[in-house]
Amino acid sequence: MTAPSVPTAAPAPRARAAIAARTLRTDNWRKEPTITAAVLLSFVAYATWAAFKNADYYKPPYLSPFYSPCMASICGHARAGATVVHPPMVGLFGPWWAISPAIIVLIIPLGFRFTCYYYRKAYYRSIWRSPAACAVQEPHARYRGESKFPLIIQNAHRWFFYLGLLLNGILTYDAVEAFHFPSGWGHAGFGTLMLVVNAVLLWAYSLSCHACRHIIGGRLKHFSRHPVRFRLWGIVSKWNARHMEIAWVSLVFVALTDLYVRLVASGWVTDPRFF
Amino acid sequence: MSRELLLRIWRGDASGGDLVDFVVPVEEGEVVLDAVHKTQALHAGDLAVRWNFKAGKCGSCSAEINGHPRLMCMTRLSSLPSGPVTITPLRTFPVIRDLVTDVSFNYEKARQVPAFSPRPEQPVAPFIMYQQDVERSQEFRKCIECWLCQDVCHVIRDHEENKPHYSGPRFFIRWAELDMHPNDGLDRKEALQDTQGLGYCNVTKCCTEVCPEGIKITDNAIIPMKERVVDAKYDPLVRFARRRLRRARGTASSATSQGPGHG
Ligand code: SF4
Ligand code: SF4
Ligand code: FES
Ligand code: FES
Repeated sequence: MTAPSVPTAAPAPRARAAIAARTLRTDNWRKEPTITAAVLLSFVAYATWAAFKNADYYKPPYLSPFYSPCMASICGHARAGATVVHPPMVGLFGPWWAISPAIIVLIIPLGFRFTCYYYRKAYYRSIWRSPAACAVQEPHARYRGESKFPLIIQNAHRWFFYLGLLLNGILTYDAVEAFHFPSGWGHAGFGTLMLVVNAVLLWAYSLSCHACRHIIGGRLKHFSRHPVRFRLWGIVSKWNARHMEIAWVSLVFVALTDLYVRLVASGWVTDPRFF
Repeated sequence: MSRELLLRIWRGDASGGDLVDFVVPVEEGEVVLDAVHKTQALHAGDLAVRWNFKAGKCGSCSAEINGHPRLMCMTRLSSLPSGPVTITPLRTFPVIRDLVTDVSFNYEKARQVPAFSPRPEQPVAPFIMYQQDVERSQEFRKCIECWLCQDVCHVIRDHEENKPHYSGPRFFIRWAELDMHPNDGLDRKEALQDTQGLGYCNVTKCCTEVCPEGIKITDNAIIPMKERVVDAKYDPLVRFARRRLRRARGTASSATSQGPGHG
């Protein structure tokens, strides 16, 4: 079962049908990759801008999800004058950390999404164009996929999944803290709602992940011996079938949440208080 | 209601060929294969086409219709946009003549799948099987071997040079079916990665899109197998747990051990 190494040594492959066109598809196959690329690149552009902005990410009690947990002591400037400060704002990274503190933590959600099986499909198709659409010839002369470096790194998705769970825990904590106004606990504003919905969507994204589906039960050979895990696997599988939709909604929503906190913190918008 | 339909069918063989136009009368409710048969009857008695019983279950009549890999017998003419209909042979395989290709690549890959190997400690057959244990593999057994997924997969469609070390989506589901079989004792995941090219698949899901049986090839076979490979090679926690378990049992490590959790 050893694979012949170099095709030239094998008998010359018999010819395929001579069809010069890259594809004979007549439908509008460019539409989907174009929309996907546009949304992905807009998110990347916004996230880069927001992450490097290094300002307007905290307005008690709201902390932007891009900056949480805020691990550099530079976050201190955001606390000035605040009576309530989120515990996720810790000074693990000393004053030597001079650039935006978002950069420290953003590697986790970005790595998680970058290695996500769904986003892989999305950007391999829309940006790398391999293939841009089914039965449309890809532009690359060579292709080794995820079998070799660098794309073999995609296997780190499992690591990012674990780290993502930690982060979800922290963002859930932030959502709870969003009820903790300078005037005391038990209040809520529009920002509270945003942070809560954001946390729920991030959990939905993690729980519908393929790595989650595998860990919960996919790795078993005998479902009958693990009835509880089998039931849970069934539930996660249902969510998993919607992973693409959840991925988009949660991506857009996390950007909107950051934007909202930013607008409130910079004074453009006054946060409506519900109670 | 009868109407005239312009067909553009690829005709030729390994030495060359081109699209040839034919006009045939078609009726409501007809499928692409009907139009091809009419072409044979009215214009080109020697047009080569492979088909069997025209019910979407033998997997013989695969071709590319307006550039989409599909079964000719299951594609209604009314479902296609108006205008000429282009029919070409499967692009990924060598052409024999006209619409007929040589799909022997797939049979070579089929021979490389290690057969079902019951665990030695299993009670002798008949095994008692529970529905929940076989459900996953049952989905994969719906495969009719039409090779549409093999045809659309860009790994070999666009890169002939990958054929020797890539077995393709149809065989990934076959390997997965056996790996998920409760009584199979072989550990197939690393061989699947190392000898069959699982890592070449970039989960872009075209195989799932074209499968006439609606098998969720990528979500239910390829990604789960990639995840099993991650268990074996890349997951820090699983490796830690496995080492602890081995030490606890005091057994020597074995490359083919199933690891914890594969119970
Ligand atoms: S998902 Fe993988 S196996 Fe399926 S067509 Fe795409 S690259 Fe090929
Ligand atoms: S998996 Fe689907 S597309 Fe592939 S050969 Fe089987 S039936 Fe055809
Ligand atoms: S987060 Fe998308 S597959 Fe894991
Ligand atoms: S003739 Fe059998 S699948 Fe079309």
